Amino acid sequence: MSGYGLTGRLKAAPGEQITLIQPLHGWIALNLREIWRYRELLFFFIWRDIKVRYKQTLLGASWAILQPVFTMVVFSVFFGRLAKIPSDGIPYPIFSYAGLLPWTFFAAGLTNGANSLVRDANLIKRVYFPRLITPLSAVVGGLPDLLLAFLVLIAMMIYYGLFPTLASVVWLPISLLLALATALGVGLWLAALHALYRDIRYVVPFLTQFWMYATPVVYPSSLLEDPWRTLYGLNPMVSVVEGFRWSLLGQSEPRVSMVLLSLAIASLLLVSGAYFFRRMEPHFADTL
Amino acid sequence: MIHTHLDADLAIEVIGLGKKYRIGGLIDRHRTLRDSLSATLRRGAQALRSYNNGEPRPARPHDFIWALRDVSFTVRRGEVLGVIGRNGAGKSTLLKVLTRITVPDEGYARIRGRVGSLLEVGTGFHLELTGRENTYLSGAVLGMRREEIDRKFDEIVEFAGVERFVDTPVKHYSTGMYLRLAFSVAAHLDPEILLVDEVLAVGDAEFQKKCLGKMSDVAGEGRTVLFVSHNMDAVRQLCHSALWLERGHLQQIGPTMGVIQAYLADTAQDRAGMVFPVMNEQYGIGFNDVRLALVPTQSGAHDLHLELEVLARQPIPRVGIGIELLTAMGARVAYLDERLTNFVFDMEAGINRFALECPAIDRLLAAGDYVINLWLTMANIDALVMLDRAVAVTIPGTDLYGTGLYVDVHKHGPVLLPLRVHRLEPALAHK
Repeated sequence: MSGYGLTGRLKAAPGEQITLIQPLHGWIALNLREIWRYRELLFFFIWRDIKVRYKQTLLGASWAILQPVFTMVVFSVFFGRLAKIPSDGIPYPIFSYAGLLPWTFFAAGLTNGANSLVRDANLIKRVYFPRLITPLSAVVGGLPDLLLAFLVLIAMMIYYGLFPTLASVVWLPISLLLALATALGVGLWLAALHALYRDIRYVVPFLTQFWMYATPVVYPSSLLEDPWRTLYGLNPMVSVVEGFRWSLLGQSEPRVSMVLLSLAIASLLLVSGAYFFRRMEPHFADTL
Repeated sequence: MIHTHLDADLAIEVIGLGKKYRIGGLIDRHRTLRDSLSATLRRGAQALRSYNNGEPRPARPHDFIWALRDVSFTVRRGEVLGVIGRNGAGKSTLLKVLTRITVPDEGYARIRGRVGSLLEVGTGFHLELTGRENTYLSGAVLGMRREEIDRKFDEIVEFAGVERFVDTPVKHYSTGMYLRLAFSVAAHLDPEILLVDEVLAVGDAEFQKKCLGKMSDVAGEGRTVLFVSHNMDAVRQLCHSALWLERGHLQQIGPTMGVIQAYLADTAQDRAGMVFPVMNEQYGIGFNDVRLALVPTQSGAHDLHLELEVLARQPIPRVGIGIELLTAMGARVAYLDERLTNFVFDMEAGINRFALECPAIDRLLAAGDYVINLWLTMANIDALVMLDRAVAVTIPGTDLYGTGLYVDVHKHGPVLLPLRVHRLEPALAHK
């Protein structure tokens, strides 16, 4: 602030808002306080995404249920029935569906987050708001879909007679937070890169596909022997899917060391993604 | 955000502001990873080669242009400042920096209070959403709080005249309704500082008039306005002072009339110094020459003859020729784009010559100075080459009403209207 003392003639009365516009170089502070001030806009963006997503579809929001249910049916027939992949003693349909829910949320969040800046390019080129809001709303906006699909899971749990214990169910929100952080972290990296390189559009589908096979969605991680099973936590989605499944169905408790490793990786992704995004932010309006 | 002591006088303070663009970034905006990789590899190979030869590393070429440089000025509260200058002088960049859409590379600016701009009309609108939903969305995007939109909602909808359609998706709106609602949202932001870019304002003449009307309302309320325009008449009427930007630098700032006169004198000189050919090298097409003549006719009127030479490096199909006629003060008289006129031609390699004619132009236009803008278009490219104020023409006077007075563009407007008045007989007794 002292740097401007020499020339600064414009001064604010108490309670008045003075906006300082200056060059941004290198690593820029995240400015989370400003995002808090713009929280209404964040909600408006999420609300818009949800409204628009199903506005012109025939079946509307039931897609949020149909998609994972049909995938579950296909998986059950091919991986469960034909390939006879083990499922830790849980019936394969509910095993794969419980894995698909956090996975679908993550994959959709990552994809929408990666495409968010390009999709909202018209806004970004014409009006100011903290740009972090764009990918943030895209990732968080997947939660209602998850909630809808969750209703089916509850029905399946009743059908199969599988119920969680109180102790394990606390892992549910933690798993989801971990999924959110990972999707946002990777989404931030990809969104910022997407503004500069349009290749990202083609990278994302490959990335999510490979990532799914590296995550125990269709198979249990108990297939792995010990040192590898902990290292498996390098992929935070392993802890997410295992934690989600365990918290509800109660079979094969995840290892603490694996979860800690996942937490560390997810935090690293999130923090580095946010700072990388902020670093690239000054260029967005010019490159989009 | 900085909170310090009171000094109520200034609304905007700009010091040493600069903004540069990558030249490559401007031309091919959608870079791919491959382009970047190959550019990096090429640079690396070059450096390696010169290192092996023992030569110093070649200097990086200038791949930046400064859209703004060393711009400093202040705007008092309640002042209406016109921003003028040629295309590409940095006017729009200045507004983009002041609205925080883009970030400056040098200097700084401080702004007191909320900034609204009429270059954001329709921002945040989504076709699938209803008028009501879009009002909230767009309002939030422009910086309104939810309760503020609640409070102003009826007023916004009424001003736009779309009460009956608030719950209809805006994709079913007519263009006019859509623009009116969009404008109405922006107009109800009630900013302390209003930025208007006439160049960017979309829509028809009525809509533009509405923008200008809103602007003078805001100015009348003692709020601060920055008005970017090519229309010197509008600037003269609305602005207390004017700022002239020239190739990104501040050329002059001061009372409106003085700045406008200096600017117009400079553009007249600039025309004389126009160097042909003016090319778009990316597409290999441009203007090779433009000549204008007023040819007297037997009836005593004058025909306008405009000869154009278009130089094409290779055959290019379907090139449109656009013409705009303006008063020397910059007020639009006629805007003839190729969609209206279908002046579209297949260009052969070499010099393509065209003659444009307007018979008896001094029977249509009032006496005074006019300028003509010319441009070429291709499918999806609006301005391949633009000749700003390509030629000037002085229309001789016509004594239309037989009073010994000429119709003068500055006093009477640009159009000759052959009005006649007849007395209706007999006079009627008034009861």
